[in-house]
Amino acid sequence: MTLIYLDNNATTKTAPEVLEAMFPYFEEQYGNPSSIYEFAKKSNHAVKNARAVLKDFINAADEKEIIFTSCGSESANTAIRGVLNMNKNKRHIITTKVEHPCVLNLYKTLEKQGYKVDYIGVNSNGELDLAELEQAVNYDTALVSVMHANNETGVIFPIEKISEIIKSKNKETKFFVDAVQTAGKIPIDVQACGIDLLSVSGHKFHAPKGIGVLYVNSKTAITPLIIGGHQERGLRAGTENVPYIAGLAKAAELASDGLKYEATEVKRLRDKLESGILRNIYNSRLNTAVTNRVPNTTNIGFEYIEGELILLHLSDSGICASSGSACTSGSLEPSHVLRAMNVPFTSIHGSIRFSLSRYTTEKEIDTVIEVMPKIIDKIRTLSPYQDELEALKKLKSSNYQG
Amino acid sequence: MWDYSEKVMDHYRNPRNVGKIDNADAVGEAGSLACGDSLKIYLKIENNIVTDAKFQTFGCGSAVASSSILTEMIIGKSIDEVRKITNKDIADQLGGLPPEKMHCSVMGYEALEDALKNMRNNDEYIDMDELRSNENTSEKIVCNCFGITENMIREAVLQNGLKTVDEVTNYTKAGGACGKCKNTIANIINTCSNKEKSEDNQNNLTFAQKILKINNIIENQISPELRKDGGDITLVDIDGNNVLVKLRGKCSGCKNSHITIKAFVESTLRQTVDENINVIEVS
Repeated sequence: MTLIYLDNNATTKTAPEVLEAMFPYFEEQYGNPSSIYEFAKKSNHAVKNARAVLKDFINAADEKEIIFTSCGSESANTAIRGVLNMNKNKRHIITTKVEHPCVLNLYKTLEKQGYKVDYIGVNSNGELDLAELEQAVNYDTALVSVMHANNETGVIFPIEKISEIIKSKNKETKFFVDAVQTAGKIPIDVQACGIDLLSVSGHKFHAPKGIGVLYVNSKTAITPLIIGGHQERGLRAGTENVPYIAGLAKAAELASDGLKYEATEVKRLRDKLESGILRNIYNSRLNTAVTNRVPNTTNIGFEYIEGELILLHLSDSGICASSGSACTSGSLEPSHVLRAMNVPFTSIHGSIRFSLSRYTTEKEIDTVIEVMPKIIDKIRTLSPYQDELEALKKLKSSNYQG
Repeated sequence: MWDYSEKVMDHYRNPRNVGKIDNADAVGEAGSLACGDSLKIYLKIENNIVTDAKFQTFGCGSAVASSSILTEMIIGKSIDEVRKITNKDIADQLGGLPPEKMHCSVMGYEALEDALKNMRNNDEYIDMDELRSNENTSEKIVCNCFGITENMIREAVLQNGLKTVDEVTNYTKAGGACGKCKNTIANIINTCSNKEKSEDNQNNLTFAQKILKINNIIENQISPELRKDGGDITLVDIDGNNVLVKLRGKCSGCKNSHITIKAFVESTLRQTVDENINVIEVS
């Protein structure tokens, strides 16, 4: 049985070119970039070079604005805590209801410490309520924190517009963007979009796990989260993780070159998978907006059946995907993102996310389109909601005839 | 992510006894679509023996496996034997379930219990409305998010020896969403464990019976003795094994009152009710 990996929003395969770029810094070039002797120079250059690559990757103005971290969560924590520490007189934060837990749980903690946090909602397509956001910004707002695209639905938020709204209401308010789900999938331009701080995670675009980036523009002051040596201009202590930084740079280069492929070929395969499932399975529905999505993600709800069971059967066929159902995560409630979108309770527990990558092949997508109806059919026979399913079937077939 | 046993995997891959029985003699339901899992179980009963069982389940792998193995466990068994099955038996038959999935076995147990209550057998028939009115307090919903009653929590606690709120959440889902009922759950666990302790210590006295007994002894044995000396005693509160009393009349202010408390009141209660009782004087 061959593996069909369609969970690239969770993590990705490390690209062979990336691994190759990393090896020398384990084997021969293991010097500490801070050391003074000739031997360490290559390590030092690797980090410098990576900083230049990452600057171009997100179109930062200066290499000094790039800070290497261990992961997306560290980048986000540093950005958020760092900005708040520098603006202690401001006690208001704005974010969204659909942020990643690494951000949401931090805001829950900050609320307990006395911050007021507004959580902006989304509509049933997963699109942000910009009017609500505009209303929320006030003189006391230290930070607005919005993800570039949502990990579960792939819906892209209009970052440039949001930045305009924020700055028109309060020029001092800082804007942090969690770009973990867009880096490597769509272009990012921090200058054009008016972003103050931005987080990126390497393992979401074929670098290994354990490396992240924080962008902080030169007009924004932050305090470090990890205090120690002078590395990263004192903003992130700890000896630079040279092999991973080198690998990240390679992954960013490959991703930049591949953006067109993402927008055309990956999108074509995603659309093929999506329409193949929606057409062939009568109790399926698309959970997201049709347009304005990252090209690799789709989220489909299967009514009256449960997501974990779908994943287990997919796994038996060698197919990896993920679900917003309560049962898969160990929590007892379904995904906070799908709940914020008011996905009906008949399908929220049966929601499946497929996320593709540049390694996904047409043959793999054809296999999933073929296997999926059989799995859903098998699980449907178990459902206590046979009458409801029968009604759906009639509705769908009459819609097609109509 | 889940480390399911081979048996669980076998049962969700090849579920046994799937479907519906027309003209079933008993039908039981548990869970709901909104909560993420639900189960319907159908029984055919002849001469007090379950001759056939089928199920329909909306839920995860362990929910399907729990339902499937439950039907295998009950076919061919007498109603008396079936009544003895607990959620723990279901989980054990499956070779164990991950802690977070124990609520799936509880759902199986609840659906079975519901079916037995609704049995269409004249001898065994129980009027559900009557039953509900008798169980007013235990049918009280504790967890509004998942619709879990006090009785369901109490049963899970007693059957599985649960000690913490997290365990109760794993077994029943109660407290797993908004978390507002966590204090209530903690209280239910406390009353259950108090009840267990008191049952161990005092020949199966319930807490209420214990209170009544202590009150009786104070009123009928201790108080008359103190009154003879111009004093008196009233019961203020009982907190576990601590009996809080107030001395009155000549006793209050008597410099030997601590001797009265220990040598007379406490020793009398220890002899008659529970040897662990401590009597504490409050002013």
